[in-house]
Amino acid sequence: MYDRKKLEGIAKKRKEWESTCYVPLKEKAPEVRERFQNLSWTDLKAVYGPDDIQGFDYIKDSGFPGEFPYLRGVHSTMYRGKTWTMRQFAGFGTAEETNKRYKYLLEHGETGLSVAFDYPTLYGYDTDHPLARGEFGKCGVAISSLKDMELLFKDIPVDKVTTSMTINGPAPIVWGFYIANADNRGIPRSRIGGTIQNDILKEYIAQKSFIFPPEPSMRLIVDTFEFGSKEVPRWNTISISGYHIREAGSTAVQELAFTLADGFEYVRWAVARGLRIDDFAPRLSFFFNAHNDFFEEIAKYRAARRIWARGMKEMGAKKERSLLMRFHTQTAGVSLTAQQPEVNLVRVALQAMAAVLGGTQSLHTNSMDEALALPSEKAVRLALRTQQVIEEETGVTGTIDPLGGSYYVEWLTDRMEEEALRYFDKIEKLGGMLPAIEKGFFQREIAEASYKFQREIESGKRITVGVNKYKMNEPVEIPLLEMDKEGERVQFERLRKLRKDRDGPKLEKALKRLRKAAEGTENTMPFILDCVHAYGTLGEICGVFREVFGEYKEPAIF
Amino acid sequence: MVKKIRVLIAKPGLDGHDRGAKVVARALRDAGMEVIYTGLHQTADMVVQTAIQEDVDVVGLSLLSGAHMTLFIDVLELIKDRKMDDVLVIGGGIVPEGDVLKLKEAGMKGVFGPGTSIEEMVDFIKENVRK
Repeated sequence: MYDRKKLEGIAKKRKEWESTCYVPLKEKAPEVRERFQNLSWTDLKAVYGPDDIQGFDYIKDSGFPGEFPYLRGVHSTMYRGKTWTMRQFAGFGTAEETNKRYKYLLEHGETGLSVAFDYPTLYGYDTDHPLARGEFGKCGVAISSLKDMELLFKDIPVDKVTTSMTINGPAPIVWGFYIANADNRGIPRSRIGGTIQNDILKEYIAQKSFIFPPEPSMRLIVDTFEFGSKEVPRWNTISISGYHIREAGSTAVQELAFTLADGFEYVRWAVARGLRIDDFAPRLSFFFNAHNDFFEEIAKYRAARRIWARGMKEMGAKKERSLLMRFHTQTAGVSLTAQQPEVNLVRVALQAMAAVLGGTQSLHTNSMDEALALPSEKAVRLALRTQQVIEEETGVTGTIDPLGGSYYVEWLTDRMEEEALRYFDKIEKLGGMLPAIEKGFFQREIAEASYKFQREIESGKRITVGVNKYKMNEPVEIPLLEMDKEGERVQFERLRKLRKDRDGPKLEKALKRLRKAAEGTENTMPFILDCVHAYGTLGEICGVFREVFGEYKEPAIF
Repeated sequence: MVKKIRVLIAKPGLDGHDRGAKVVARALRDAGMEVIYTGLHQTADMVVQTAIQEDVDVVGLSLLSGAHMTLFIDVLELIKDRKMDDVLVIGGGIVPEGDVLKLKEAGMKGVFGPGTSIEEMVDFIKENVRK
């Protein structure tokens, strides 16, 4: 941005400032901390200047919004043209209870839906499976068949509202439920929109709701890419997620690096299958965390867009849309405290602001009571209102990438990109993503970071307000969500009736054909849909894959 | 030489949230205990079998899915059935206050929620473990 002569002058001026102003004052009045580090343990200078971003070339490294390499945003009008989608992750108990919650959220101004499934559903088990014991509806809604999906979206216009579904191992089947529900309602597949998370690599790395070994899992994912690009063109067939990597304890840099490494891996697999990159890449989407370190988070989103655009170009993408990193953000669940939970409102507001300043396409704000239980109606409404205040009152939507050009933010963006690229090299040296997963590389990196962080909390080096400083011994006084105690019984009964009433032989035939497809190389999606339409349950359909593919067991590293 | 305290850290059920379990496992090891970690997706029976085989003094259960009232209780009952009453059973996770009381009645000696310090946990184990 500056010529060499000017930069030399600035560097000289910095030295002068340091020796005559900064250091003498620091010696007289010591700074409040010995070292200032962000959440990735990067040492921060007191102030940044043009001399810190000497190589920064505006046209090449930044460009304007909607221009390569999309540092400043994926659209040229950003929030001036369209506000981010306010999409609260929600689900508990039965489909009926969750349907009510969705309607409540939509009534209060939410603009997109996001389904949280319970553990049995995440692992492809029906509610009445022995391993589902105790888990029904606990951390999400139980969806065991098309019947449940019909109830979940009853009276919700699925041709107008988009839906994101956090489902991974059994993603093609649960997506099948959603598609089949639209089919039955007479809505063309080309008119439904949404996202399935479908990101199995980060399951092995962090979230741990994997079912099958990596290779067949990757095959199923490519099946969805292929099927989606032809049949369900408005659907994001994957949401490549850093969120859970971060929640498991990674740093922001690791979240950035591992998520993008996952993303490029999916592209490699799809291309190896023979798919054309520009046919599927426009439907790849991303999902990041919004944690406490405000500027680091903003730099992370910006770096992610640039790395992705450059990487995809290198991999041969030609369409502009293939280069765009569109992402959802959720504020950091792990940053919420059970102590003085109202303080979480403040944390969430600041994290959400970072996501907006970082250019997110959709946003979930956590509710203040989530370190205690699933959110109550009031808590989730306040979380939604937080987004509405940012949109309507703060004025931040008027200017695109308002922190672009900040010496500090540009320096940090560059640095995070460099560190991510270094991780890419490390992964390559380990033989690529799958070998690195099997060697426990990511799991170990994350465990190290989370342990180091915890130690710093213990020693008081890092502060969590209300936990290791400003503590109070007051009882928590916020009302928590009460679930329908009859829910599990209702769900058992529904499953029993479903198995009795459906056309058994028709389903048997469909399951047999699915097995054959799974054993071969055909795309499994059409066969899954046949089973779903015949009211096969999640457990039955997933069971076919379990038998054909086997199950994955992870090495227990701590 | 004093015998090292042997601890089993276990993840019963389908819950995949293992950050806390891993941090605790490591911290207890650093505090001088011998720690065995089961890994994910254990049934109550598997947890108790491992506890017997490894002859542990402490069983630490971790669960953040909300299924603690079923899965913790399953383990506690099995431990009672096997007359392993001198094994200290503790738990951690997202456990509402009302449930803490019930778990304690069922034999769980300590329940540690979010924000608990490692020091607090180590002290608790040292004070309450069979001597």
